[in-house]
Amino acid sequence: MSVTQAEGRVQPNSPYSTDSDISAEQQAARDRAKAQQRKSMAANLGIRIVSLVIVLGGWEYFGRQVNPVLFTYPTAVGAAAIKMIGSGELWQYLSQSLIVLGAGLALAVVFGIALGVIMARYWVIDIALDTYITALYSIPSVALVPVLVLWIGFETSAKIAVVFLFTFFPMVINTYQGVKNVDTRLLEVGRAFRCSERQLWANIILPAALPFIVAGLRLSIGRGLIGMVLADLYTAITGIGYLISRYASIYRTDAMFVPVVTLGVLGITLTGLLRIIERWVTPWMHYSDRD
Amino acid sequence: MPDGVKIIVDHASKLFLEGSVVAFRNIDLEIRSKEVLCVVGPSGCGKTTLLRCIGGLLAPSSGKVLIDGQAVDQPREGVAIVFQHFGLLPWKTVAENVAFGLQMAGVSRQLIKERTDRYTKLVGLENFEAQYPYQLSGGMQQRVGLARALAINPDILLMDEPFASVDAQTREVLQEELLQLHDRERRTMLFITHSIDEAIVLGDRIAVMTTRPGRVKEILPIDFKRPRDPAAVRSHPHYAELRNHIWNELRPTVLEGAYERHSS
Repeated sequence: MSVTQAEGRVQPNSPYSTDSDISAEQQAARDRAKAQQRKSMAANLGIRIVSLVIVLGGWEYFGRQVNPVLFTYPTAVGAAAIKMIGSGELWQYLSQSLIVLGAGLALAVVFGIALGVIMARYWVIDIALDTYITALYSIPSVALVPVLVLWIGFETSAKIAVVFLFTFFPMVINTYQGVKNVDTRLLEVGRAFRCSERQLWANIILPAALPFIVAGLRLSIGRGLIGMVLADLYTAITGIGYLISRYASIYRTDAMFVPVVTLGVLGITLTGLLRIIERWVTPWMHYSDRD
Repeated sequence: MPDGVKIIVDHASKLFLEGSVVAFRNIDLEIRSKEVLCVVGPSGCGKTTLLRCIGGLLAPSSGKVLIDGQAVDQPREGVAIVFQHFGLLPWKTVAENVAFGLQMAGVSRQLIKERTDRYTKLVGLENFEAQYPYQLSGGMQQRVGLARALAINPDILLMDEPFASVDAQTREVLQEELLQLHDRERRTMLFITHSIDEAIVLGDRIAVMTTRPGRVKEILPIDFKRPRDPAAVRSHPHYAELRNHIWNELRPTVLEGAYERHSS
């Protein structure tokens, strides 16, 4: 009962409150909320660990009963990983792929956002290009890789072009959608306060489009990873794709799984990184810090 | 010109969708300098559209809107709008939202800071400057909307049902605060509402609008002295009389609207 009363006095919408001990109660409420949050985070972590133990344990048990040429098990992969990391082999090939991913993604972000904005701003360009954008986005990007090889060759620039092809369209389409979805009421507010067009873009349209752009980036990261490995396999065989195909061809399944698992870890890392970026660029989108 | 006419609506009509929807027709209205003119009417009478035409956000289909004798064809300097939907920018903090109009006008950083501080304090939000709109209640969000409008120091304040989307108690508090603000700094104010009570409490005059097509049926002077105490106004015998009178004017069109919506 006393708890309810205490919380009742910490209503956020009482700007005139002069109660001197209210800050202590607010602090208490904040601490409670934090403790609650810590508790649920601990629970999530616990569930993840138990799940990981079961999955790895099962894999270990059943993996050991299969011919090592066909399948492998976690301790073998771990041993191979230690060897490949220690010798610098993993990083040597992974870094080649990461450069390709980074360059392709960066180009796609810059040009994708630019084209999305231009299409949303100028209706002539929108009408002129939207069919091609939709068509190219619909074609499975893999189908175009041989064409790219024909045009650009096998080297790093061709690989970057493949990643670009995989990541460019989600950026264009999401940016375009973001700009087009701006709340017309906010545009009216901008007009009422006599915004110039430049001010309208800087203060209203681009901030409103930002969550869409970040969503596009999330899509692009997933597709970019696919493009990166495909580029390694379909052009000059280098990078992490080379590691996979070489160890597969000499039946070293355990070593082959090292780059495969690395790709999974890379996906988790990049998604986590994106979440941090998201919190930083769109702080108004987060409702979780409410008490 | 203390008693001069600030805004003239001259025989204005507004039609939408190639003429198939008539928002309002042949409206003549004068808003005097420093007065509060409340426009009261049921939904669909075109009162919000009228405000948009005066604010320069829409152009009337025929007729004219004049401010200080000049035709309005775009949002003018010195005119601020408070919106029913608040219209706060979600990505800006309270202080940044209040500063918005000043920033767009390109005034000096120091003046922005001064005015922003002053008006956030005036509406009681001095401890919430770093918050984002989603962290505030509806009543507080509209206080930000009001501070943003006042910060550009407008001669004309256009209020588009500003308190319609906050709860009844907050609404009365905001009405009181608006009365106090108006006593402190008089501005020409057009206040759109569908609440007869609100119009009587706030207005110097009330324009009663009816529907289909929207037109001004009557203009009533409200003689309660300023500074006004809303509670005293509401308990005054003249209040009930006014309220009944306006309601009798509006009731036929409100009922008509209800039936039409029901049958369609």
